Amino acid sequence: MIELDVSKELLGSLGKMDLHVKLSIDSQSFVALSGQSGSGKTTLLRILAGLESAQGRIVVDDEVWLDEKHAIPPQKRGIGFVFQDYALFPNMSVMENLLFVKKDTTLAKHLLEMTELLELAHRSVMSLSGGQKQRVSLCRAMMNRPKLLLMDEPLSALDPSMRTKLQHEILTLHKEFETTTIMVSHDPSEIYRLSNRVMVLSQGKVIQDGDAKDVLLRTQGSQKFAFEGELLDIVKVDVIYIAIVSIGQQIVEIVLDESEANALHVGSMVSVSTKAFAPIIQHLKR
Amino acid sequence: MFEALLHLEFTPFLLSFKLASITTAILFSISLFIAWNLSQTQSRYKPIIEAITALPIVLPPSVLGFYILFALSHNSPIGAFFYDYFGIKMVFNFTGLVIASCFYSLPFMVQPLQSGFEALPKNMLEASYIAGKSKLTTLFMVALPNIKPSLMTAIVITFAHTVGEFGVVLMVGGSIPGQTKVASVAIYEMVEIMDYTSAHIYSGIMVLLSFLVLLCVYVFNRKQAHRIGGIA
Repeated sequence: MIELDVSKELLGSLGKMDLHVKLSIDSQSFVALSGQSGSGKTTLLRILAGLESAQGRIVVDDEVWLDEKHAIPPQKRGIGFVFQDYALFPNMSVMENLLFVKKDTTLAKHLLEMTELLELAHRSVMSLSGGQKQRVSLCRAMMNRPKLLLMDEPLSALDPSMRTKLQHEILTLHKEFETTTIMVSHDPSEIYRLSNRVMVLSQGKVIQDGDAKDVLLRTQGSQKFAFEGELLDIVKVDVIYIAIVSIGQQIVEIVLDESEANALHVGSMVSVSTKAFAPIIQHLKR
Repeated sequence: MFEALLHLEFTPFLLSFKLASITTAILFSISLFIAWNLSQTQSRYKPIIEAITALPIVLPPSVLGFYILFALSHNSPIGAFFYDYFGIKMVFNFTGLVIASCFYSLPFMVQPLQSGFEALPKNMLEASYIAGKSKLTTLFMVALPNIKPSLMTAIVITFAHTVGEFGVVLMVGGSIPGQTKVASVAIYEMVEIMDYTSAHIYSGIMVLLSFLVLLCVYVFNRKQAHRIGGIA
């Protein structure tokens, strides 16, 4: 059980911003932390890790990590941290990176086996691919059997297929070690697959908190489908108008009438939704 | 020329290299901590410490030499203390030279180490702290092994710079043969007495040695750069 009530003044892109977060997290849960960049997600993780100072209180399993009087250093918190850019030690091999945390060869071998890295154990970490490096980083974070695992956008630098593979490995590790985990992520499918609770941060405050389905589904009322996108252009074709909207990685066209076209501004964010229709879902051939 | 080479007195060279080796060893152990702390600190006093350590680069060697002479002579409290309690005389002998060289070459050791430490990804050091390792363990196990090119530069440049010093050495050490007469001072004296043959030989040897030392550094750094391929 993690009880957290912290505040810190941050200098964001929009000037001064107060990060103020109060929440409690159950043991063994997997929390995804989402929100726009600059909303304070990384800072929150770093405060939990003890890498950054803050006012307030953090209590983990009846152990006080932070209060008015003292803050225990990152060394004493017994956590694991996975950085976006891996942060491996280039002067050590894969195995040495793991054993640096704790001299437990059995655990190190077990972790490397789970992540299919055992054959690379004696390779220099500099010779690995991005996905392999992040798996080493994940294993290293598990070496001291942490009470709390913090991951700061661990998969955002990887390609989609490698992401999916690592998501499975993160899940497997989470199930085996039952580590309370907080992960910063922007990828809805990743959040849905991994987490059992999602928190959305904006301007230093939690604005949404719930299970992945509730937070991620963007439909309201009787809407069946709703997407958010950027209105790229409005083209006039004979008597109708066609809006070009960028949704995720795709561009779609939507037919508008004149009054709708006049009400919309190119460059603004729009919601594209529909009510009653039966979508067809098909397997994609790749 | 060949005849002159045979009768050449090598003591000044040996003295230069002995002085440079001892200075480098002392400076390395001191500067490692100065550079590490400077690279990690957020203190507002950091620029003051940085300015002080960089002073020997800009000060004329005579100024530095004058102050060191002034501070270490037995007329000053520091000099008197060491002479009275330990019987150590600190000017116009080899001990004085070592002390003076340490001040003179300090920035050449501190600055490359500091910029090496500062270039390390912050996350890497934080990963070590999170793994439960102290700052000291992190320095020796993570930071130092990953700044090899800077380490090599710091050690070699300090060594070479100490071999090449002249003004401070002359002021603090004078020119006592076998004690404080290092190669650079010896060359100065040869020119003074118009012994150009010996001056040529000595200078030639200095140029050659300095070139070889620098060449080694650049070859090493090139290999390291290929091997590491950028840490981040």
